[in-house]
Order: sequence, then structure tokens, then C-alpha cells
Amino acid sequence: MKYSPLIGLEVHAELNTASKMFCSCPADHFGKTPNSQTCPVCLGLPGALPIPNKKAIESCIKIGLALNCLINRLSKFDRKQYFYPDLPKGYQISQYDQPFCSEGSIALESGKIIGIERVHQEEDTGKLQHTVLNGEKVSLVDYNRSGVPLVEIVSKPDMESSNEAKEFLKKIHELVRALDVSNADMEKGEMRLEPTVNVRIEKNDGSIHYTPLVEVKNINSFSFASSAIDFEIKRQIEEFEKTGIEKSDTNKTTRGYDSVKKITFLQRTKEEAKDYRYFPEPDIPPFILEEDYISKIRQELPLLPDQEISALVAEGVELKYAKILYANKVSLLAYNRHKEESGIDKSRLASLIANKKIDISLDIASQYNKLGQVGVTDKTELEALVRKILDANPEVVQEYKKGKTNVAGFFVGQAMKETQGKADPKTLNSVVLEILNH
Amino acid sequence: MHKASAITSDDVIKIAKLANLRVPDTQVQKFADQFTQTVDVVNQLNEIDTQGIPETYQVNNLVNMSREDIADTSRTFTQEQALSQAKRTHEGFFVVPRVIDSSEEL
Amino acid sequence: MKELHTLSIDEVHDGLKSGEFTCTQLVQHFLNRIEKYNPKLNIYLSLNPHVLEEAALVDKEISEKGINRPLLGIPVAVKDNFLIPGMPTTASSHILEGFMPQYESTVTKKLKQAGAVILGKTNMDAFAHGSSTETSDYGPTLNPWNPEHLPGGSSGGSAAAIAAQLATVSIGSETAGSIRQPSAWCGTTGFKPTYGRVSRYGVVAMGSSLDSPGPIGRSVRDCALVTNVISGQDQYDATTSPKEVEEYTKDLGKDTLKGMKIALIKEYLLPDLRQDVKEAMLNAANKLRELGAVVDEVSLMDPKYAIGVYTVIQRSEVSSNLARYDGIRFGHERDRFNDENKRRIMLGTYTLSAGYYDAYYKKAQAVRTKIINELDKIFKNYDACIGLVSPGPALKVGASKNQPMFGEMEDVLVEQSSIAGLTSTGVPCGFVDGLPLGLQITCAQFNEAKALSIADCYQRNTNFQLFPNLEENL
Repeated sequence: MKYSPLIGLEVHAELNTASKMFCSCPADHFGKTPNSQTCPVCLGLPGALPIPNKKAIESCIKIGLALNCLINRLSKFDRKQYFYPDLPKGYQISQYDQPFCSEGSIALESGKIIGIERVHQEEDTGKLQHTVLNGEKVSLVDYNRSGVPLVEIVSKPDMESSNEAKEFLKKIHELVRALDVSNADMEKGEMRLEPTVNVRIEKNDGSIHYTPLVEVKNINSFSFASSAIDFEIKRQIEEFEKTGIEKSDTNKTTRGYDSVKKITFLQRTKEEAKDYRYFPEPDIPPFILEEDYISKIRQELPLLPDQEISALVAEGVELKYAKILYANKVSLLAYNRHKEESGIDKSRLASLIANKKIDISLDIASQYNKLGQVGVTDKTELEALVRKILDANPEVVQEYKKGKTNVAGFFVGQAMKETQGKADPKTLNSVVLEILNH
Repeated sequence: MHKASAITSDDVIKIAKLANLRVPDTQVQKFADQFTQTVDVVNQLNEIDTQGIPETYQVNNLVNMSREDIADTSRTFTQEQALSQAKRTHEGFFVVPRVIDSSEEL
Repeated sequence: MKELHTLSIDEVHDGLKSGEFTCTQLVQHFLNRIEKYNPKLNIYLSLNPHVLEEAALVDKEISEKGINRPLLGIPVAVKDNFLIPGMPTTASSHILEGFMPQYESTVTKKLKQAGAVILGKTNMDAFAHGSSTETSDYGPTLNPWNPEHLPGGSSGGSAAAIAAQLATVSIGSETAGSIRQPSAWCGTTGFKPTYGRVSRYGVVAMGSSLDSPGPIGRSVRDCALVTNVISGQDQYDATTSPKEVEEYTKDLGKDTLKGMKIALIKEYLLPDLRQDVKEAMLNAANKLRELGAVVDEVSLMDPKYAIGVYTVIQRSEVSSNLARYDGIRFGHERDRFNDENKRRIMLGTYTLSAGYYDAYYKKAQAVRTKIINELDKIFKNYDACIGLVSPGPALKVGASKNQPMFGEMEDVLVEQSSIAGLTSTGVPCGFVDGLPLGLQITCAQFNEAKALSIADCYQRNTNFQLFPNLEENL
């Protein structure tokens, strides 16, 4: 039998807007006194009406653009109806059949493309806390979080392993932070994950079967997501071998994740298909997103992680150092601030900062100069430098390859010049020869 | 194409559940009969051909209504105001009996 | 001197300006009448506990600055679905018994900014689910013309307040008929502005795509004066129009309708109309002709389809809007919904549910488009459409009991214009069996001035602005 897991991910990102999605209450709710940031709208009082947050919509579109989505010209909000104490209106204003963004993609390191089904906007619910009061089991409700803007990113079930899922999550996390639309602090619940897992099974007789879909909830870290997915894949295969039950339109289940036992467990004994009775939100007129509006947002997009890293590489920084710099914003800032100074070699500066040979809290220029005097023996650094010089002088490389071995000295000389005489000649020489003879 | 117009007691029970309403057993049939009357009237709509006719959800053609992202507390309640109309509160929270089905939690 | 409770807005201002009486006296006069007649008529559910203090402040302002706010000192009755802090707002439901709102509706805020003095909150059908005020959880309001009859609904209390002269002007709201129909049954003037002309913020929501707050008053002019004040785009209601608010009294006071083309909707002359009721309608049409208008009989889609459209859209939106009443943050448990509320919520839940959404909700919204288009076609050639507001005079108390579609059936003649979000004035146009009949004059969206102007001309040239003698009737 051949098993291919099919993993989809649903990610909710809490936006970092100043105000809530449909009212002007402050959106920053973490740690605030309970029910101190509510108003008629987000408390769901009679007669209250929603007014959409312009910036939140732009943030949603930014995420969509960064994920190569189609931005839908005609879009609207819909009511998603269900009863739960943390949902004050008895419905959540969300998007159903005409979301702001759809049909996008994101590439993993391997080059594999993960499809994005949709990126849409909705409002957050309040928070429930379970406790016992005077012997009675109760829930305490705080509506400070009610109405905070959320963006929901739904992937296609294109991931085939927990590693791919983890990488996808990391990239999404990185992306929303790079766009500065969400802080995505996992511990504060600013980014929430729900994997949906099933397995494609090819029997020896060539027949193809799919296990029922399972959505896993209550996961608040990438590693939990990863282990939950692994557990599910295994469990579903075992289940299928036992029962042969296949995926149908009505047997999708929801399971919770126990991070201590590292297992998933059925959350509802009887799965009732949820009927959310979606219909267009009558209190909010629809949206017609014109081309120039979308272009303007596109122009305002900061460079995304992959683009930023590519830019660094293009100016001479080695890829591994580029990634390290990008991952540490402060280091990247330090690098950018000093890279154009006279006497500074970008590649070398990047490697010194990345390798922590320079303490960026102290004066960078003097450290850089001092390090040069010691005589650079770091092979990796020199390698990068030499490769650069080789790339810039392909004709000379050709000559060496043809047999004129003494042109190696040309490269040594160039490299020396680049390091302002600070490279250790012996190391430099062996590096040049190594590379040329590769 | 419309569904059969007789609404059954089972339908009423299902609908009531979806609507978070309690209908006493003694009233279920009465509601079922009343619904059937209403649905019969509503089904007359099928006499009108709406092929190719778009729906109207918003009658005055407004679009793109939104507001600037400014945190403005002029409408924000104090905790006291927010809680003032609730029957049960506890240390700043609203209180509800424990809900069994927790699968809606995001 | 005319009795204080019979004065129009202008007459009140004249009297206050000349010092003939004070606002305090005027308010006290209404309070006395309310004390006398409200126990029987059940018009007011609650009174403003600070009304006399507010009246005193008005008097102070008048003595210092004169009258330079458009509704200064005018005693207003407000339907109990408008949230006003300091008094309960119940929407006539037991679910909101004792609910003291923590915020104010835009409409009442504007009234107060214009200097109006709020007398109290009036009875209605619970959650506005009706056309009789009989489904109020606090007992029906009785028709001041004949207390064995209903005042209509859902703004029955507000209309009765004017008929019984227990306020100078009142505020109601219309989803489909709820201003015009009780006005017709009570013989008052009621005005429904275009959907989106007046803010719904702070009004207990019924049909979100339909609800239109508006005035009920002694005359078209009084309604126009109030409409001036309450209209306008509201930052708290995304469905309000940015269109500029006109001076709605600008075309009043005319005695000729020369140049006006009016369409009498043929289908509104229902086959089973009583002969005397039909005659009143035809007389009204003739009157308009006398005044110089061209009145043609024009065909429109059979109004019976509007019943289906309205029932589905309204009940679907109702089912959703009433989901917030869970007793957690305010109000009481859902068990307190009355049967009519439960019927509407459940039907609306059904029409939105999986498997039925396309057949009902989507279908209704498509037929809605058809109705809008047909009305648009008429307005290309006509300034207004007319018809009766209601198929007959006020029905007897008890008429709405156990009628699962009472409201929607009664409002058959006004549903099309509501579905299209149009503006319409309801004015008295006759009497049968001692009970009033109402005429509706409907115009295209944002043609409030025209709808008021035609109605005003008709009103000035007829004698149907009458008020019952409560001493005799009760």
C-alpha cells in the first residue's frame, strides 16, 4: 500500500490595527481589564451597527497580494450564524462566497508550490474562561477581544508531510510580520492554526481510497501542529486498515490535540454538520475594488522575506549570511546602515555581523577595521570573496583552465585589494587554488 | 424547484434547535401547521421567472463604506457600563452556565 | 386659545415665542392627558422621568435666546424600539423588560439636539413583528377612534399618541407599513423616508435592509419638520446615504398639483375591497385630478408576490438580528419570545438554512430586483404612485390572534414600496364605519420633498385631518 498524506492548513492572524474591525474600540486587548474595551457594536447590543475598518481591509489585501492571490473585484461581508457565548451577536461577520482574495500560492524552500484557497476577513470572538463558582460549572466571558480584526488564510491540501506543514506555517508567520500587518505572537494567540488531514491510500490492487477528513483544533505552536499531524496520519492509516471507512461529504470530524499525551481525540461524539446559514451582511454595503486601489496597495508592500534575501545576495552577501541577517532585524538594520561606508566590503561586513565577530551594540566601523588588521583567515569569508572575483572575471578563469596557472596570482591580488591587505596571504592563496581547481 | 410544502414536527424541532429556541412539545404541531401556511404563501414566488435576474441585497447602491483605523474611545464603555445590564457578572466578567460543546472555540 | 394638545409644531413655537404658554405648561398638559387616557389606551409604556426638568431648561433657553433650534420645546413620543438612556427600552417584549440602554440612538440624539422634549416610549408589536400592536407583550394599544379596534402596527402606540393627542409629534419606524399603516388606522399622517435617509443606529433591528425610522404627526408639515432634523448620513450606520439632506418643507403650502403625473396602481384596487373603501380611494384619485394632477391607472406586478418576497427577506433578517438576545449581556432568556417572535425567527432560520437558501432567500432577493425595476419604470413617467395604505379600516381587537401571517397580509399594499426602499407619505383620506382610511403617496428614492409636497397639497384641500373626541369614544 502507498500512503500520501494530504494536509491543509487554516491560519487565523490577528491584525495589528489600532481599532477593531467594525468599531473604534482599541484592538490591543491582551492583558487588559476584562470588558473594559467594548462598545455597543462589539458587545452586540440591540441597535448597534458595524462599520468596516479600512486599514484592516488593506491588510487583508496585502496578505493576499503577498500570497499571489487574485484580488476579487466584487467582494462583501456575510453573516456566519451560530450560537456561542463568546459570539455576542449570535453571528460572526465574515466572508463566504466573495472573499477579498482567492487562488494564491506560496513556495517552499524545495520549490514546491502550496496553493492558497482564499484569504478573507472576519472578526474575532470574545474569550471564554471555564471555572466553578459556588459549586456551579460556569464560563466567564470577556468581550475585549470581540470584534478584533482577523484574516483567515486557507491553504489547499497540498502539503504532504508535517515538515512541509511546519515550513508553511513558518513562512506565513514570517510573511505577516514582514508586511507589518500582524505581530503573530503565538503565545498571545495572535496566530492560530488548524490543520486538516487525510490520507490518500493506494492499495496493491491499484485502487485509490481517501480517509475521512479530520480538522484538528486547539493547536498553538508549530511543533504541536507537526506532532498532531504525524499522529493523525498514523491514526488514520490504522483506522482505515481496521474499518475501511472512506471520506464522504458527511464524515468530516473535529479532533482536539493533547500536547501532553501527544495525541488527538474526538471532540464531538456525534458530528452534526454545521449549518451556518450564511447570507450577505445587510448592514455593510458591498465592495468594488478598483484596479488603482489594488495597485496602490501593491506598491506599498514592503519587500517580502524571499525578496529581501534575494536583494542581499544580489549585492554580494552569501546566501547563508543573508538569511541570518534577515532573521535578525536588528542585525539587518546594522548591516544596512554601514554597508555603503568607504572601506567596507558588503560581503565581509555581512559575514562578520552574521558570525557575531562584530558586536553591533558597539561602534561597527572601528571593529570592522580592527578585524581586518588581524589578517583574515576565515576560509569561508575568503571563499565568498574569491568566488565573487572569479565571477567578475570569467575570461581570466578561462585562461587558468586552459593552463595559464600563474593567473591565479591575479585573483589573489584582487582579493588582497578587496580586503585592503588584511587577508592572510597563505589562506587566500589556498582558497583561490581550491576554487579554481574545483 | 421547491420542496414539498408540508412542514413536519421534525422540521420544527430541527429549526428550533438551529434557532436556539425551545418549543414545548405541545406546541410543535401547531407551529408546523402555521409554517406550512406561511410556506405555501412564500412558494407563490416560484410563479415568477427570475432567470438571469441578479439579487438585490442593498437597495440604495452604496459601495465601499468604511472608516479610518483610529482607536477612538468615545463610544467605548467602562467595565461598569458594559456589565450594567447583565443578570450575572463576576469580577468584571459576564457569567454563563458551562457550555458543553467547545468546538467553536478558535 | 386653542387647546395645547391640538397645536401643530408651528403653533407651539408661536405660543412659546409669544409667551402665551411655557414649555413646562405644555408638557404638564400632556402629562395630565396621559394620566387620564393612557390607562385605557395603553399608548405609553414608560414616561421620561426628567421631562419636567427638561421642559424647565427649555423655558430658560427660550427666555434667554428665543427659539433658534428647529424642534425646541416640542413634546415628542418615541416608539419603544429606539434606545434612549435613562428610560427602559423594551421593544414591547418581555425579553427586554427592564433594559436600560447604555447608549442612545442617532435619531433621538438629533431630536434632542434640535431641542425636542421626549415625553416617553410608546407601545408597539413586540420586536415590531406585527401590524396591529396586538402582539405587544404589554397588552395591545387601543384605537382612539374606537377602543374596540386596534391602532395598527407596529408603530401603533406612536400613531395612537397623535390621534389621542398625547404628544405633538411622534417617531415610529417602518419595515413594511409600520409607519403608514397605523397612521392610516388612526387617521394620522405618517411619513416613511427613503431607506438609508435616516440612521438606524440605536434602533432595535428588525429587517436590516428595510427598516426606515420616520415621523408620525398631525400634518404633513409637522412630519416634514421632523424629517429635516432626523435625516442625514451617520458615521455609525454604513447604510445611510451621503446624499445631502434637503429642506423638506420647501415645496409645501401649494394648492395645485398642475404638472404632476400620478400613477394609481391598478392592482392595489384589490378584488375583495369593500365598496366604500374602494370609493374612498377613487375619490382621493379624483381629488388629485381636481387639484390639477394627471392620474392614470397603471399596472404593477401583482402585490401578492410582494408578500412572499417581504416575508422571506424580513423573517430571514429577523432570525439573524434576534440571535443576540441570549440573556447574557442584557435582557432575559429566549424563552420569553412570544409566539409571533418564535414563528418569525423559525421561518427565517428555515429560509436561510442549507438546502433552502437558494429556493427562498436568493429567490426572494431576485424577485425583489424585479419589483424595483418595475417601480423604476413607473417613476420614469410618473412623479408618484398612489393607493390605499390598508385594504380596510382598523380591525377589531383579537383580529390578529392565531393568524400566522397577519402582518404580512395586512401590509400587502405597502410592501412593494418598502422592498424597493422608496419614500412614501400616508395621509388620511376618508372614513368608513367611523374609522379612518389612509392614502399612500409614494415617490422614487430620495424624493422626500415631492412625496411630502403632493400629500400636503391633498391634505390642505381635504378635511380628513381629524381627531377623535376621547371623552365620547372611551
